[in-house]
Amino acid sequence: MNASATSALERRPSLRYRRRYLTNLLGWTFYGVFFAVLAFALLDIIAVVLKHGIPAISLELFTKPTNGVSGGLLNAIIGTFLLTFGSLLLAAPVGILGGIYVAEYTASPFARAARYLSDVLVGVPSIVFGLFGYLAMVTWLGWHFSLLAGCITLALMIIPYILRTTELAFRGVVSELREAAYALGASHAKVTLKVILRACRGRVLTGVLLAMAISMGETAPLIYTVNWSNYVWGGHLTHEPVGYLTYVVWSFINEPFDSAHALAYAAALLVTVFVLVITTSTRLLLSRLDTHKPH
Amino acid sequence: MDPLLPVATPPSNPDGGDFFGKSRSHSGGMRRSTDVFGILVATSAGIVPLVILALLAFLLYNAWPALHFNGWGFLTGNSWNLGNQYGDLVKVRGVEVLPGARFSILFLIFGTLASSVIALVLAIPIGVGAAVFLADAVPPRLRNSASLLVELLAAVPSVVFGLWGYVVLIPFTARHVYPLLGHVLAFIPFFGPPTYNGYGLLTSGIVLALMVVPLITANMREAIAATPAALREAGLSTGATRFEVVRKIVLPRLRLPLIGVSTLALGRALGETMAVLMVSGNAINGLPHNVYSPISTMAAFMVSQLDSALQDPSGMAVSSITEIGLILLVLSMAVNGIARLLVSRTQPR
Repeated sequence: MNASATSALERRPSLRYRRRYLTNLLGWTFYGVFFAVLAFALLDIIAVVLKHGIPAISLELFTKPTNGVSGGLLNAIIGTFLLTFGSLLLAAPVGILGGIYVAEYTASPFARAARYLSDVLVGVPSIVFGLFGYLAMVTWLGWHFSLLAGCITLALMIIPYILRTTELAFRGVVSELREAAYALGASHAKVTLKVILRACRGRVLTGVLLAMAISMGETAPLIYTVNWSNYVWGGHLTHEPVGYLTYVVWSFINEPFDSAHALAYAAALLVTVFVLVITTSTRLLLSRLDTHKPH
Repeated sequence: MDPLLPVATPPSNPDGGDFFGKSRSHSGGMRRSTDVFGILVATSAGIVPLVILALLAFLLYNAWPALHFNGWGFLTGNSWNLGNQYGDLVKVRGVEVLPGARFSILFLIFGTLASSVIALVLAIPIGVGAAVFLADAVPPRLRNSASLLVELLAAVPSVVFGLWGYVVLIPFTARHVYPLLGHVLAFIPFFGPPTYNGYGLLTSGIVLALMVVPLITANMREAIAATPAALREAGLSTGATRFEVVRKIVLPRLRLPLIGVSTLALGRALGETMAVLMVSGNAINGLPHNVYSPISTMAAFMVSQLDSALQDPSGMAVSSITEIGLILLVLSMAVNGIARLLVSRTQPR
């Protein structure tokens, strides 16, 4: 190697080069730290819920209703189950059919308006839905705090969500499938329900499952429409308040009793595990749908 | 051939196109009225505008007495006072209220906006940074699982965030972080001591930031991944490092989508209820002295005041709560309406 090349290699890197190097290093470090902070927050939330929640799990939890600030969670577990599936039962058909309309009639101004308004409605705070449920159903219709008022309120909240996910699912179906079905002489309803819906049912289902996770984790609208009850649901759709898990988390953690804290953590554990399992399995389902496209 | 069949001309573009719309709107001879399925799906979609109308109508109707009684002062004063519960109803400005009743919510408007702004100030840089990290620094094999860690934050129920804030974040920040922050940042207005007990504006902002950040990260990560490879390669070919390509080529192109998704995040933060209720300290009738002071927000206040409002025999307290709800509804619809326009305009073509 000749002398001049050696000196060029041994020359100290220029100030500018070092500044660039340092900026790059700092930049990536910051980005990595930002990611780590978020990941840590999630893991810490899960850890706290598990750490305090698991010791609070007992057989009594699933067999006895709450009694003041102690007892079990039977009433709340049943209530959350009823509210979640009740709202889903009301919202899923409407949301899916509405999504079909918005996906299939793209040129109609009404469909475009419905899609835009769904997006706006998704952003309306849940407490506003709760207030509406209170004004419209609890007082105006005179249903009092009740299961039905809660289910309808939750359903109104998640309909626009299911509508939009269904629409996106339908748009993902290749048009050849549609053309082939029409070419065979199938009616509009048949093409949509038997061919396209079948082709994208996995994606429609993920939307419904995510909506289910949303309604399972809600609290604020239920305080306004369902309130709370220490008793297991007695079978009345109206005129009977119902217990639910998220209420226990919010209200029992502020009580100065260990039994209340244990119930709050147990309720948080149940809700969090359910919601995270639903969301994670939805993600897995989606990534599997992405790898093997059905058509 | 069955005359009721839609005219099946093939769609012009693969994403659904305007096939049905066109065939419907331009084929006057088709007997649309018998298309039961079409009516069924259109009615279902019609629920959405109907719900918006119903929300506005019910809230406006029930807030009417309060709008009348409180006037514009509702937005400018700091007094939420149900009046004397044991007094007889008196007539003020044509409506019956408890003696001494006065409702105004400047402190709630301030608390809502301030906590949301703090949330965005924290969530935007962290969300974008994490998105870049996930899109460009994490090996593709781990990318999905790593993204899941951030995106699952969005699935955690609000009340569980509140619980975590209550048992982890508040004790930790009140003991270790805020005293230090108050000491070091004392020269910045509103950041000096006293740092109070952890319930307050900054804590609410931090919790809100964690709740809205997945929205920003998920959207930005997709947008970064959708950047044309040619642009990156052009950048790299000029000798720029991967970091410089991200900072100077990829991110500047995503300014508009970032504004759109940040506006969406703002909308979410404005209406967040349970978590804020559990960590804000639920201050009433006063503006915060500094970032550590207790606050309340419109949404949280609606829950914390429901029970006492139901005790007001004149109904004015519930009507005033409805007025808060109406403001929140209009505000969130405006913010989301703008955000959706921004997002749809900037969606990758």
